[in-house]
Amino acid sequence: MKPRTRWEAVCTVDDLVPESGIAVWTEEGPVAVFYLPHRLPALFAISHTDPFSGANVLARGITGDLKGEPVVASPLYKQHFSLLTGVCLEDDTVRVKTYPVLLDGNQIRLEVRANQRESIAA
Amino acid sequence: MSKKTLIVVGNGMVGHHFLEQFCASPAAADFEIIVFGEEKQLAYDRVHLSEYFGGSSHADLAMGTLEWYTEQGIQLHLNEQVTGINRENRTLETPRGSYRYDELVLATGSYPFVPPIKGNDRPHCLVYRTLDDLDAIRASSEGARTGVVVGGGLLGLEAANALKSLGLEAHVVEFAPRLMPVQLDADGGALLRHKIEELGVQVHTEKATTAITEGEDARLRMNFSDESFLETDLIVFSAGIRPQDALARASGLEIGERGGIVIDNHCTTSDPHVHAIGECALWEQKIFGLVAPGYTMARTLSSALNGDRDTAFTGADMSTKLKLLGVDVGSIGDAHAQTPGARNIRFNDEQAGHYRRMVISEDGKTLLGAILVGDNSHYDTLLQYALNGITLPENPETLILPESQGGAPALGPDALPETASICSCHNVTKGDICGAIDAGCSDLGSVKAETKASTGCGGCTALLKNVVDSELEKRGVEVSKDLCEHFPYSRQELFHLVKVNGIRTFRTLISQHGKGHGCDICKPAVASILATCWNEHILATDHVPLQDTNDTFMANMQKNGTYSIVPRIPGGEITPDKLIVLGEVAKEYDLYTKITGGQRVDLFGATLSQLPEIWEKLIAAGFETGHAYGKSLRTVKSCVGNTWCRYGVQDSVGMAIRLEDRYKGLRAPHKVKMAVSGCTRECAEAQSKDFGVIATENGWNLYVCGNGGMRPRHADLFATDLSDEELIRTIDRVVMFYVRTADRLQRTSVWMENLEGGLEYLKQVVLEDSLGIGAELEEHMEGIVGTYQCEWKTAVEDPEKRKRFREFVNAPSQCDPVQEWTVERGQRRPVLESA
Repeated sequence: MKPRTRWEAVCTVDDLVPESGIAVWTEEGPVAVFYLPHRLPALFAISHTDPFSGANVLARGITGDLKGEPVVASPLYKQHFSLLTGVCLEDDTVRVKTYPVLLDGNQIRLEVRANQRESIAA
Repeated sequence: MSKKTLIVVGNGMVGHHFLEQFCASPAAADFEIIVFGEEKQLAYDRVHLSEYFGGSSHADLAMGTLEWYTEQGIQLHLNEQVTGINRENRTLETPRGSYRYDELVLATGSYPFVPPIKGNDRPHCLVYRTLDDLDAIRASSEGARTGVVVGGGLLGLEAANALKSLGLEAHVVEFAPRLMPVQLDADGGALLRHKIEELGVQVHTEKATTAITEGEDARLRMNFSDESFLETDLIVFSAGIRPQDALARASGLEIGERGGIVIDNHCTTSDPHVHAIGECALWEQKIFGLVAPGYTMARTLSSALNGDRDTAFTGADMSTKLKLLGVDVGSIGDAHAQTPGARNIRFNDEQAGHYRRMVISEDGKTLLGAILVGDNSHYDTLLQYALNGITLPENPETLILPESQGGAPALGPDALPETASICSCHNVTKGDICGAIDAGCSDLGSVKAETKASTGCGGCTALLKNVVDSELEKRGVEVSKDLCEHFPYSRQELFHLVKVNGIRTFRTLISQHGKGHGCDICKPAVASILATCWNEHILATDHVPLQDTNDTFMANMQKNGTYSIVPRIPGGEITPDKLIVLGEVAKEYDLYTKITGGQRVDLFGATLSQLPEIWEKLIAAGFETGHAYGKSLRTVKSCVGNTWCRYGVQDSVGMAIRLEDRYKGLRAPHKVKMAVSGCTRECAEAQSKDFGVIATENGWNLYVCGNGGMRPRHADLFATDLSDEELIRTIDRVVMFYVRTADRLQRTSVWMENLEGGLEYLKQVVLEDSLGIGAELEEHMEGIVGTYQCEWKTAVEDPEKRKRFREFVNAPSQCDPVQEWTVERGQRRPVLESA
């Protein structure tokens, strides 16, 4: 069964930096949100935690594309992670979690697991 | 037909290599394979065992994976010792059961020889061979101060290195009059000893231990035959190896007089169904204690089990090249000149610490052997001469002389015959490499994957690269100079495009001259070019996403995601008041504080959101950013100069501050370091910098393109007795010419070496203005100097820019949960993940 989820508002459009990432705090922990205005869709969200170092830094990596795939490079050890799938291009056995993200008016929302209390309330 | 059973006893490097070879061969289909390993772990790389204390884990050293064994259908019994072989019934016994075999491979390796000394079984008397041994050494080192290695051979010195990396005071006790008596001669041994003693390892030669007793000041005392003694907390025996032949001996197989399972040229023992490979095997009265011959045996046996009787083991080259405690040591072939009529050529530079000896044949035509200590750069060439019998040049001494004394350059890859062995671990010849290239391999990585060359001990990496590059070039493959997949240009070409077309943003450049959206290679490179050309603030909105995190947040990211801060301290001169401010800020934010090599103070452990607050305080006290994060001028180091020093002839601090203030903030292809010394004693170490200035009675001498760090290079003398103004004009021109023409991430040293015409050409351009661009270079520099701004000052004053420093944009009070801290020597540092 798919766990219950909800769309958590994490920031506004003004917080985004074009061609770059920002970090937000969610119920599931730190998430990196990227805004690539020259792509469609332009918003991507993946875990902020770099699996190779354990540090919360991925939002501070350089974005770009490799063979057409949108990626971010870890600022620590420079591995590339696909913004679409979270897979590490240098080692496909490693992947970071990706999150569905949408623009709702002025709000950026992420689909995160609802915690127990809220799912009952819902 | 039901499958036959092949059992391999021993899961070390050679046993594993045999399995790799055999499983890839046709005969593998006919056999069920069972493997017994006495140790708990899968086969691992014993050659690099001492790295275990340097932070490597079993996983780093492992040769294969459990998945691989599963995929091959191998039944793997680790931690299960074979206790007996019944050759008549073809079965073997372990504590857990009895197993039948059709073919049996013994790859049992060797065990460390412990000399029969009274007391050698006391606690803290250990050996060095397995990971378990290393764990025991580590446990014993708790609370210990000193450690002794018995045995000054190759493994003994490795063990001494291990003790040293555990923080012990290490001693080596050797029975022979010199270190590494098998590989080295008296002069080489003496130099090695000198170098190792300089590293803090104490060497005691000609010492025979008679007894080990309880110590008075340490746990143990070693008593020597000359009545002297040595106290120590632990002892590691590394006095050679003995073949592990107990099983074979008990089962009645033929064993050599001094141990070792006797094998023929196909690695088969006196029983046609039992085979032996590696260090347990005795071939023509010889045991081979290196990994490469063991691998050769493994391949020979795999061929034999496939019915190939042509492949035979015919002995092995025992040449070795290694780094012991950081000292290069090489030994090739007949190093001791035992061939009748052999002659010697020796080169001994005690000053530089280099010793080289060539042993050549009576007719002077072939190289029989060689010894190298202190510098292995001649090893590959000498080995190729020795292995392939290449005729020596007329003056063979040129092969070991330094180039400045007429030494010949290394043997080019073209001079090697097709049969030349490039990788001896995996037996790859130059012909194999050419074959792989002809079969479609088009770069180093694919050649390595295809041939396995350079995946064993790694000693042939440089040679392999040379051969591959040369062969690719011959086939007309152009080595691409493109920056990355987005720009078909070099950095220098992009610089011209930006400058000539007045391009001011990355977006414009990539849409007009590139493709795609960029990446972490081209974005920072273009950001650096834009900064040099137009000198806009690096946090201008368009430029933010182009930078590495260090540039973006103007601080240096550390392993746990926090940053370090280095304020500029020009020339290393600082007032007590400013020093107090640094202390106060560090204390307030609990920052780990360390003095850098460039006469500055580094403050570690600031979180992203603390950076602007900290800088507000630093700026208020008069500090500026130190650009420690940037590809730009770092620091101008100086000695105190003639204002205090009785030897100083010029004001070196004053000049250093002037230079630092002039070039600070300039963006370059890589970092730039400078130093100014106030006299010829050179206390500022200026000759190891990109730009080094040394005072003379008449002014300044300028040295350029030096380097410290990983690839040290002495700077070259560029101009002499310059006045202050001449000095600055000259540096202006060289810096600007470097910034405009160097490749991405190319330091000045490499830039100059790759500049066609080298130093002389650079002198013509800068000193004689041969290109007529002198004035333009100076003008460009003036423009940059004139538009300097402290990036941190601009950032803290601008609320929009400060927004970038929020750790989590929606939760300002949320701490980063992974940042865990501990206290060491009175300061805070990150908790390291457990290994």
